[in-house]
Amino acid sequence: MLSLVWTIPLWPLLGFLLNGFFGRRWGKNTAGLIGCATVLISFLVSVGAFSALLSIPERRFITAPFDWITVGNFHVPFSFMLDPLSAVMILVVSGVGFLIHVYSVGYMGHDPDQPRYFSFLNLFVFFMLTLVLADNFLVMYIGWEGVGLCSYLLIGFWFRRPSAAAAGMKAFVVNRIGDLGFSLAIFLIFWNFGTVTFSEVFERAPGIAAASGGLLTAIGLLLFMGATGKSAQIPLYVWLPDAMEGPTPVSALIHAATMVTAGVYMVARCSVLFSLAPVTLLVVAIIGGATAIFAASMALVQNDIKKVLAYSTISQLGYMFLALGVGAFAAGIFHLMTHAFFKALLFLGAGSVIHAMSNEQDLRRMGGLKHAMPVTYWTFLIAALAIAGVPPLAGFVSKDEILWQSFSSPIGSWLLWLVATITALLTAFYMFRLVFLAFHGEKRYSGDVHPHESPASMARPLMVLGVLSVIGGWIGWPKILGGGSWFEHFLAPVFEHAEKILPAREAGHSLGLEYGLMAVSIAVGLIGIGWAYKWYVKSPEAPERIRVRFTGIYNLLLNKYWVDEIYDAVIVRPLIGASRFVYRRFDLEVVDGAANGIARLAQSLAAVGVSTSTGRFRLGAVTFAIGCVVALGWVVYMFMRVSG
Amino acid sequence: MGILSFLIFFPALIGVLLLVWPNGRLKQVRSLATVASAIQFIASLWLWFGFVPGNGFQFTESVDWITRYGIGYRVGVDGISLLLVLLTTLLTIISVVSSYSSIQTGLKGYYASLLFLETGVIGAFVATDVFLFYVFWEAMLIPMYFLIGIWGGERRIYATVKFVLYTMAGSLLMLVAIIWTYQYSGGATGGTFNLFDWYGLTIPTAAQPWLFAAFALAFAIKVPMFPFHTWLPDAHVQAPAAGSVMLAGVLLKLGTYGFLRFAVPLFPLGFEYFADTLWILAVIGIVYGAIMTLIQDDIKSLVAYSSVSHLGFVILGMMALNIVGATGSLLQQVNHGISTGALFLLVGMIYERRHTRKIADYGGIFAVVPVFSIAFLIVALSSIGLPGTNGFVGEFLILLGAFYTRPWLAGISALAIILAAGYMLWLVRRVFFGPIVHTVNETIRDLSKRELATLIPLLILIIWIGVYPKPFLDRIGPDLQTWLAKARSQQMIQTAPQNEPAPAAARKATPPRPDSTLVPPPENETPSRDGVAMVGGFE
Repeated sequence: MLSLVWTIPLWPLLGFLLNGFFGRRWGKNTAGLIGCATVLISFLVSVGAFSALLSIPERRFITAPFDWITVGNFHVPFSFMLDPLSAVMILVVSGVGFLIHVYSVGYMGHDPDQPRYFSFLNLFVFFMLTLVLADNFLVMYIGWEGVGLCSYLLIGFWFRRPSAAAAGMKAFVVNRIGDLGFSLAIFLIFWNFGTVTFSEVFERAPGIAAASGGLLTAIGLLLFMGATGKSAQIPLYVWLPDAMEGPTPVSALIHAATMVTAGVYMVARCSVLFSLAPVTLLVVAIIGGATAIFAASMALVQNDIKKVLAYSTISQLGYMFLALGVGAFAAGIFHLMTHAFFKALLFLGAGSVIHAMSNEQDLRRMGGLKHAMPVTYWTFLIAALAIAGVPPLAGFVSKDEILWQSFSSPIGSWLLWLVATITALLTAFYMFRLVFLAFHGEKRYSGDVHPHESPASMARPLMVLGVLSVIGGWIGWPKILGGGSWFEHFLAPVFEHAEKILPAREAGHSLGLEYGLMAVSIAVGLIGIGWAYKWYVKSPEAPERIRVRFTGIYNLLLNKYWVDEIYDAVIVRPLIGASRFVYRRFDLEVVDGAANGIARLAQSLAAVGVSTSTGRFRLGAVTFAIGCVVALGWVVYMFMRVSG
Repeated sequence: MGILSFLIFFPALIGVLLLVWPNGRLKQVRSLATVASAIQFIASLWLWFGFVPGNGFQFTESVDWITRYGIGYRVGVDGISLLLVLLTTLLTIISVVSSYSSIQTGLKGYYASLLFLETGVIGAFVATDVFLFYVFWEAMLIPMYFLIGIWGGERRIYATVKFVLYTMAGSLLMLVAIIWTYQYSGGATGGTFNLFDWYGLTIPTAAQPWLFAAFALAFAIKVPMFPFHTWLPDAHVQAPAAGSVMLAGVLLKLGTYGFLRFAVPLFPLGFEYFADTLWILAVIGIVYGAIMTLIQDDIKSLVAYSSVSHLGFVILGMMALNIVGATGSLLQQVNHGISTGALFLLVGMIYERRHTRKIADYGGIFAVVPVFSIAFLIVALSSIGLPGTNGFVGEFLILLGAFYTRPWLAGISALAIILAAGYMLWLVRRVFFGPIVHTVNETIRDLSKRELATLIPLLILIIWIGVYPKPFLDRIGPDLQTWLAKARSQQMIQTAPQNEPAPAAARKATPPRPDSTLVPPPENETPSRDGVAMVGGFE
């Protein structure tokens, strides 16, 4: 099976080409079939590759189908690497990806543009698999920008809506800011390591760090700049809420389960580099923690069902970075995986609701949907319990691990733990606020809307993800509860180098502390749920009362701290305004004016003998005169230097 | 007669034939021009397959012409000019076919001009005699003058006069420098215009900056580099679509090619003297060009300004003076020809349908013309350097190379990758997405088979070079190594080894002046920066 690893990304690429070229001729049913089948084949090959990987002792397999760029010493093969980390990623990407493709068949059933939809979705899976299988920074960069392209295309899928077109563009441009950092990091890596291949870079890193720590700090920060773009962290998170303009399955796949976790994956992949420059890990932890709580606060008051989930995703990604930042790389990846299950489920459930409610997304016009759509309700509830950290669901296991690590890691801190714990409380609250507003209570929608359960193609993926949201965490069940932390052991070969670099863990921390913190983490989840129950089920008038009392804070949160407006006023508008000003006043008048001025001057010089020209000096001529003086002075200067 | 002579004279011959073609049989003019440019393109493929990488100049021909002045008809192709010649023949046939419907008047003169233009451009690319080069360099202005001046837009006379005068003003100083060098090459025996002999000259240190400046000015105007760029938007906006394709696709490349072939290797000390200036102008061109592009409201002038930015990258890669940057620079010349050529082609197609180039006159047309829109999107993505397209390979290599030499300036230039995404996607959004605001746009027809046929070769190249650039890189690599050696050779020869500055410090500091102490370039060593071993090699 290992010999087929290189085909894993290729199947969806084939699907993209087939749907792209023939989709409109073959019709939408075929398009859906091709879309699902190609991703399914990728998944099956991934499963085979995964089991084959378990049987090779070095736990790493590298394959290079062809040479991509070779210039001088700059040699970049198009090579893939399968190791425990990339194995987990390809399983998540192709597995969850397949479920979402199936779901899309139902969700996009009425859309005439299905071939375009499935071709883009397949293209995304191709780039995402390339990203995680890459064996060097440059191939990773192909996937990295490629998924950004697909994100752009799919956010703007309903291109007739101006807001969708704008959101797609915003996502791409903001991501490019991060990509700038990523590419500068690659430049630094190549010129200092002489290679961009992962294993070689990581092998040489300790030696280079010994010579110059500052260099690795710069590389780490630039790489992380890339991650903040792709994984929507402060300060580049602003594109993700807008990305909800895309079809809901797209939000589930790209903007929740897979693409946005690419930054987490990248930092984990480069764990050696980050560990060698402790400052970068600190920055990762702080940005992660800050984003987690900041985004959770905005999720508290959103009324759009998808916006709540979007901020929740940003917040959970912050959690993952927090884990990476305290050196708990396996915990970060573990949460990445469980989050992929329950967040994809939440989005697909929300999509099911939106579908049933004739495209209504406002929570204030829902309510009481529990009975109309039982499958959606029960699976959604499981996912909500999982993200709230209720045992023994997947989210509990991974989140508890992060909380524990943020406290107990040698580079962790109680402050990070506190931030993460408060975030957990907020998470449980806003998630159950959503559950209660949508599924419980009175109907608040008009009589013409007749919610109904979604078709099987949509309901089945919900059930599968529901099961995964329950049992997905058990492979990492903690030791103190009788588990084996199997997931961490599986990833150990990838992270052992980084862990050797980091300060050693103090042996024998108190078991009581670990149990105590776990109890706190369970408790805050339950408190959050209870709090939401009290406000949105027991006494529905309470939120209104609070809102009136804290109008200022409420508006601040509802308007998302006005960050979009600030960026617009500080960056976008001044840039456009300055460009226009420079174009008119400088490019046309001064630069072009000088050129025309020279011509005009020549013309008037020619006319001098004939008649006394009126000789109206324009700005251009003046510029030209100044230019002449400067040029003359420079010529004299140069002559003096040349003649010694 | 060799293949190069065929490529030079065949189009001119057909051009003459077209001019004297009987007026009664106008319909055959198109077919004749098409067949001729197709034969020309197929003939040029001979160069691609017959070229042996690393053998220097090939397919050479040498005939004495004006022996008294040492002028010869000397032509040859190496890795630097090979791809540019092929680009020219490809874009010519595309231009010819794309003009079927847009050009309805003066067919004979129009197609003859395109073919004469091809002669001029190919001649300039393959000439290895400086006099011959100058003849072609000036001669190509004439057909371009007619193309814009007769078949152009409303302000065509202004644009074409500006274009020609600007270019000629630059060329005059170059002519002076050529004559000076010719005189200098003479010694006791009489001078020569043979480029290979010129490469062997040891030109006095004091003269080099002057000579370099004279050549560089001519080339900088042609590129165009900031601040000589303002003729370009005017010329592009007024030129007919095929004229823009040829102008952006190959004519501008003569400027960058001129640096590579003449200015830099002939006067390396002069090049070094002006290195700071060129670096700064390139970086300004990149960023300033991108910012100006952002706010254009005419699609053609938007693409024209984006060229200023892209060609700044080409200069930047050359300035890096290492193989990575130089390769990127040369590849990006080809890429720009493909992508920007395709963009102008596409703009021409939509202009033919709606007779407007204003962005505001469009909107939402993705729904109406999906094939056109997808083609445009692919080309736009290649223009902004998306990985998997040709633009990425070129741009990345340039920045990587430049980053080694001057990290900060390269870092500033890299800002353009954000700005480029901004201006291109904003254009795409305003033209293709959103609701259809103007009802006239509801009935635009999508691409015809002929139009698609002109685009497909370019789209294939965009993906091919992006995914598998090896055949291209293999062909250009060895000759760029030779070029690098030339560009740095005189610095090595004239170096009086001193003991003071350490190599790494010298590389980071201002490049040495011709009159000051020269230090050997540090490339062959592994210098240390901030105490870190630089294991990344140069060669």
